[in-house]
Amino acid sequence: MDWNLLLTQFLNGLQLGLLLFLLASGLTLIFGIMDFINLAHGSFYMVGAYFCATLTLLTGSFVLALLMSVAGVFVVGLVIEASIVRRLYQHDHLDQVLVTFGLILCFDTLVHLIWGPEGMAIPLPRLLDGQITVGSLVFPTYRVIIIVSGLLVAIGLYVLVMKTRLGMLIRAGASNRVMVSALGVNINRLFMIVFALGAALAGLSGLLIAPITEASIGMGNEIIILAFVVVIVGGIGSIKGAFFSAVLIGLIDTMGRSYLDDFLKLFMSIQNAETAAPALSAMLIYILMAVILAVRPQGLFPPAGAR
Amino acid sequence: MNTLKKLLTGFVWACATLGYTVASADSVKIGFVTTLTTPAGVIGQDMVDAVNLAIEDIGGKMGDLDVELMVEDDGFKPEIGKQKTDKLVKQDDVDFVAGFIWSHVLLASQKSALDAGKFLISSNAGPSQLAGELCHENFFSTSWQNDQTPMAMGEVLNQQGVKSLYIMAPNYAAGKNMVAGVERTFQGKVLGKDMTKWGADAQLDFSAELAKAKASGAEGIFVFYPGKAGGAFIKQYQQAGLQGQIPLYSVFTVDSIALPKLQEANMEGVLGSRMTQFWVPDLDNPQNKKFVSGFKKKYGRYPSFYAAQSYDTIFLIKRAVEAVNGNLDDKDGMRAAMMKADFPSVRGKFTYGNNHMPIQNFYLREVVKDEDGVWTTKTVSTVYENHQDTYAQDCKM
Repeated sequence: MDWNLLLTQFLNGLQLGLLLFLLASGLTLIFGIMDFINLAHGSFYMVGAYFCATLTLLTGSFVLALLMSVAGVFVVGLVIEASIVRRLYQHDHLDQVLVTFGLILCFDTLVHLIWGPEGMAIPLPRLLDGQITVGSLVFPTYRVIIIVSGLLVAIGLYVLVMKTRLGMLIRAGASNRVMVSALGVNINRLFMIVFALGAALAGLSGLLIAPITEASIGMGNEIIILAFVVVIVGGIGSIKGAFFSAVLIGLIDTMGRSYLDDFLKLFMSIQNAETAAPALSAMLIYILMAVILAVRPQGLFPPAGAR
Repeated sequence: MNTLKKLLTGFVWACATLGYTVASADSVKIGFVTTLTTPAGVIGQDMVDAVNLAIEDIGGKMGDLDVELMVEDDGFKPEIGKQKTDKLVKQDDVDFVAGFIWSHVLLASQKSALDAGKFLISSNAGPSQLAGELCHENFFSTSWQNDQTPMAMGEVLNQQGVKSLYIMAPNYAAGKNMVAGVERTFQGKVLGKDMTKWGADAQLDFSAELAKAKASGAEGIFVFYPGKAGGAFIKQYQQAGLQGQIPLYSVFTVDSIALPKLQEANMEGVLGSRMTQFWVPDLDNPQNKKFVSGFKKKYGRYPSFYAAQSYDTIFLIKRAVEAVNGNLDDKDGMRAAMMKADFPSVRGKFTYGNNHMPIQNFYLREVVKDEDGVWTTKTVSTVYENHQDTYAQDCKM
């Protein structure tokens, strides 16, 4: 057993999980509190990446661009909520799916018109582009930054949700929406803030991955499926559930890609293992979801009192 | 009354037939299937740009016929590629179906074009099946068979004394051919292999695979990541600090689509990296000089190999059409003309094998800065002369 490799893969899995958490935390709040299915959540992920790429080129500073982009996506979230999403709360899920799917197409086309088809690279400052060495472990600096910022945001969200008045309303909303509005809380404003906050978190997730994979059209459309898996496994509306299931899924995906072929080789021919491993490792998380849905349909950590 | 009706029908029939013959004799219709959406759309754009440049360079005429180009987007999906091919064949009744970046898309679409008796010309994909048992008299390639380029790379690795290798490629038809190619000629040991998820939702984060490659202790890493995935791979390879530890040997990964973005992101580690290819922008022949300078002038960037193959596609078709004096029903005449491979090609002189795959040279090329400081590739040496793919022997033609 190569412990160094295992540790590296653990960090890789953690990094993937934290990115998923950033995307899924907003999704789970919007889904849980507002009972709104937002397929276009991945579009905010893409918009965040493009904002950051453009602003990095304009300002020359990645950090400055990061802060401005998150604020920018927050504003985009406010606008989309006020102009389109707000009209859909009273409709059923099918209408929401249709409209937000339409939104995806609009966002993709808009990005194509503004930035062209070829995607954008985000240059990293020299300081972030190297590696960190601890003993015999060498790990890319930028991936450490993703892990640290993911954990910071997770702590920030924990404080926001558990220790503030806004968080109390969010938790109450996730448990029983009707009761919250009956108590005289301005539910419209709460929804607007939650939606924009979720959008900003998705934007942050997208711009953090962009220096690794580039900003490109439709980049959010595949990962949004994973984010929904995270939401379902964690329990709809639960931030804590989103955190643990995102990290779990990140680790399962990475470990599957790392060790599954060696594992299969123990009881299969080398050639069969090489063919089966990529297919099986792509399925692992969906198998996990199926198992969770079968034995614990409400998810791992459903919000208290949720129906 | 009856005679009037007959006369009228006759008249309408005459008009229709006349109209039809006039239209078909006036133009040669070329359907071009490529990817214009998804991140891979940038490859398709490069190909369409080259096709438009070629049509412009021949004055929009092949003999006396006008060129009518119909571009279709396969969306990076085999089933859509097949639908679009069906549409081109049945609805537009094109004379040639060309294009095709992806082997799995070409494999899904080939039957639609070939069963309808159309000429099918691959401007990129070279799956082993179409070179071997599925070879067809009306199928031609202006690119290569998938295995050839990595086979040349395997030879280079042997020459450089590389003893062990880690292999990474996407998990689809061409990825498997590329891996088979390098494994066929590379004489050292393969210490590990990863086939990653591919398609419109391809895996772009290679952290787990790079960590494995590093832990394997291999002397080199061989990759095949076309299009956008190539840029992403190179970045992560450098970010992981593997540059000084495991030298990178690639095919179809570092090209003029990836290089501008790598330059934008200051990925200087890619300078000096080497790959094999049938074509290099600096190849010394008149057609290539015309193509590269024309492309740079019109679009302000270097053409990729995808563009080079697409440019050749138009000249191959032109040769066929002119050989039969525009009589597009003379399939045998056009086929014989294309078989000669005597059109001006950007790769210089080559011939066609029995399976209509080019028998051609393969070069080792290196990433350098040109006189304007733009990153491009230049020829280092010739690895293979007049190389034929190994599947030609399975082709009964």
